[in-house]
Amino acid sequence: MDIHEYQAKELLARHGIHVPRGGLAYSPEQATYRAREIGGGKWVLKAQVHSGARGKAGGIKVCSNDEEISNAAEAMLGRKLVTHQTGPRGKLISRLYLEEAVDIAQELYLGFVLDRKEERVMIVASAAGGMEIEEIAETAPDSIIRATVDPGVGMQRFQAREIAFGLGLEDSLIGKATETIFSCYQVFRDYDASMLEINPLVVTRDGSLVALDAKMSFDENALFRRPEISELRDKSQEDPRETFASDRGLSYVGLDGNIGCIINGAGLAMATMDMIKIAGGEPANFLDIGGGASPERVAKSFRAVLGDKNVETILVNIFAGINRCDWVAEGVIKAIREVGVTVPLVVRLSGTRAEEGRRILADSGEAVIVADTLAEAAEKAVAAWRAATKKKKAA
Amino acid sequence: MAILLNRSTRVIVQGFTGKIGSFHAEDMKRYGTKLVGGVTPGKGGQTHLGLPVFNTVKGAVRETRAEASIVFVPPPFAADSIMEAADAGIKLCVCITDGIPSQDMMQVKRYMRRYRFEDRMRLVGPNCAGIITPGQALMGIMPGSIYLPGRVGIVGRSGTLGYEAASQMKALGIGVSTSVGIGGDPINGSSFRDVLKLFEHDDETDAVVMIGEIGGPQEAEAAIWARDNMRKPLIAYIAGLSAPKGRRMGHAGAIISAFGESAQEKVEILKEAGVIIVPTPSSFGEVVADTLARTKKAA
Repeated sequence: MDIHEYQAKELLARHGIHVPRGGLAYSPEQATYRAREIGGGKWVLKAQVHSGARGKAGGIKVCSNDEEISNAAEAMLGRKLVTHQTGPRGKLISRLYLEEAVDIAQELYLGFVLDRKEERVMIVASAAGGMEIEEIAETAPDSIIRATVDPGVGMQRFQAREIAFGLGLEDSLIGKATETIFSCYQVFRDYDASMLEINPLVVTRDGSLVALDAKMSFDENALFRRPEISELRDKSQEDPRETFASDRGLSYVGLDGNIGCIINGAGLAMATMDMIKIAGGEPANFLDIGGGASPERVAKSFRAVLGDKNVETILVNIFAGINRCDWVAEGVIKAIREVGVTVPLVVRLSGTRAEEGRRILADSGEAVIVADTLAEAAEKAVAAWRAATKKKKAA
Repeated sequence: MAILLNRSTRVIVQGFTGKIGSFHAEDMKRYGTKLVGGVTPGKGGQTHLGLPVFNTVKGAVRETRAEASIVFVPPPFAADSIMEAADAGIKLCVCITDGIPSQDMMQVKRYMRRYRFEDRMRLVGPNCAGIITPGQALMGIMPGSIYLPGRVGIVGRSGTLGYEAASQMKALGIGVSTSVGIGGDPINGSSFRDVLKLFEHDDETDAVVMIGEIGGPQEAEAAIWARDNMRKPLIAYIAGLSAPKGRRMGHAGAIISAFGESAQEKVEILKEAGVIIVPTPSSFGEVVADTLARTKKAA
């Protein structure tokens, strides 16, 4: 789960990491009021969306008076910010963050990630901050410092100190940098983060160390013990199709194709999407109904899939282990009768109670295209989608 | 035996008396698994499904000489249960639980290393379908009926995609020595490479099917290991050709966040290492049949 920059900065500030003075604004008036509160003569107005690379997309503006702040706020609010990370749909700007401008002497990079190879938290730092880490890795790979943390004892101060010296900082900054790095690790650990990035971490002209930007993501599996993090969720930053599904306990990822997918198991779901692609179609979504799915749950999945107006065909592919094909079949019929399915529907049932499931579909008299294998299911779905679009064009 | 599990492996269930634990314990018993008891703290001394219940794993090991354990404990407490098993001298632990925090798994893995290598527990999972040695024993949640006993090993992240592969093989009369689900989490007990090593040294396995997916470095590591050490044919499929970068596809670990983690890139790495690629998820059966026929001819 991602949070906003201002939320991450609040967490960091609470743990002693320096951030610029700033305040949240939902309107141009609030933004200008914030400027007065903060004081000074130069501010930065930042669109709060769950994405990096906001500057290039027009989501960050330096302002030096009320009028500039007001105009910039007016231009940003209610707009969708499109960056290379958000995809073409973009993300809605409904919150702004106004900060005092900082006099920058040097920009550093500081990141914490879960390293899957080492199975530990990895710290990544570089003296070449300000650009994305991928870019640093390409243009200044030698500047990158890495260290991993032993989960048994946690990060040690010497590790933070080594990084501080490795960044080539002046002696007067080593203590501050060590504390900053160490505190960031504690925030990462104490809140079950999966990613924490301060880019840039800046050395100011008056010799302090400030987190100018902050990005954090959290381990969703750990949210049960982090209610204070769950509270920071901002649904306006999510794909509405995904919010609908996740509120109903379904694992769903929206994509750009036309063939809606209802599948059990993440691996089989990905494989079925691959098969659709190989057969010449494009999947509209990833959806895993999970294990032991009731007819109601299956019907809910149809609601989630049909919530996407691009869906022109639905493919249900179930290989039941702890699921039951008869329940899935009942759910399919329930969906047709209660949700209303006007697009072609292909169903493949395999595994536990597949025979019973197929019989339920056949006896229902509903227009369900049945397939026996994964390949056949994908081919029939793509064929049905082609026929349906042809018919639509003709009409 | 095939690998890890056979009909004489003595198994206990952690989270035995819960709804899910009970359901699968019965299923495993029915399949022929030598279930010797279970653990539910606070219910020690009771009898459940005709088997003794213990308060602690140590107690269960002492009384039943259990050597393997399967964990159905809910996510907030699962890491603790795995560590308890490791400390009680369990040799093989399969964790089915989905939703364990990554930091808990980091600690589990660190904890397991406190024991000497020869005393160290082997963990399979979490968030996996478990292990089945067809015709002998089941320590997992897969439907036993889709596996034919035979000589091809299967190792995969996904449960249902593994079923798909096994049933395609069964349709062509090809059986499985053991199928191991390593799970879809970013930090897991046994890696692809760990399981490939076991299959390579197993006299009852002739070839191995590896079912990977997007995210993480394990498929590539396994391919490099296989190139340098494996003499048996390795056949692989990577799921997620149509998965966009940076989006989590169901499994906590199925996310492309670094170079080399997309399905296309993994397939390239595998090909270069000489791994036989299953081009589509509907061709597991044919590719395995074809590989077995070619190996036979060559021998």
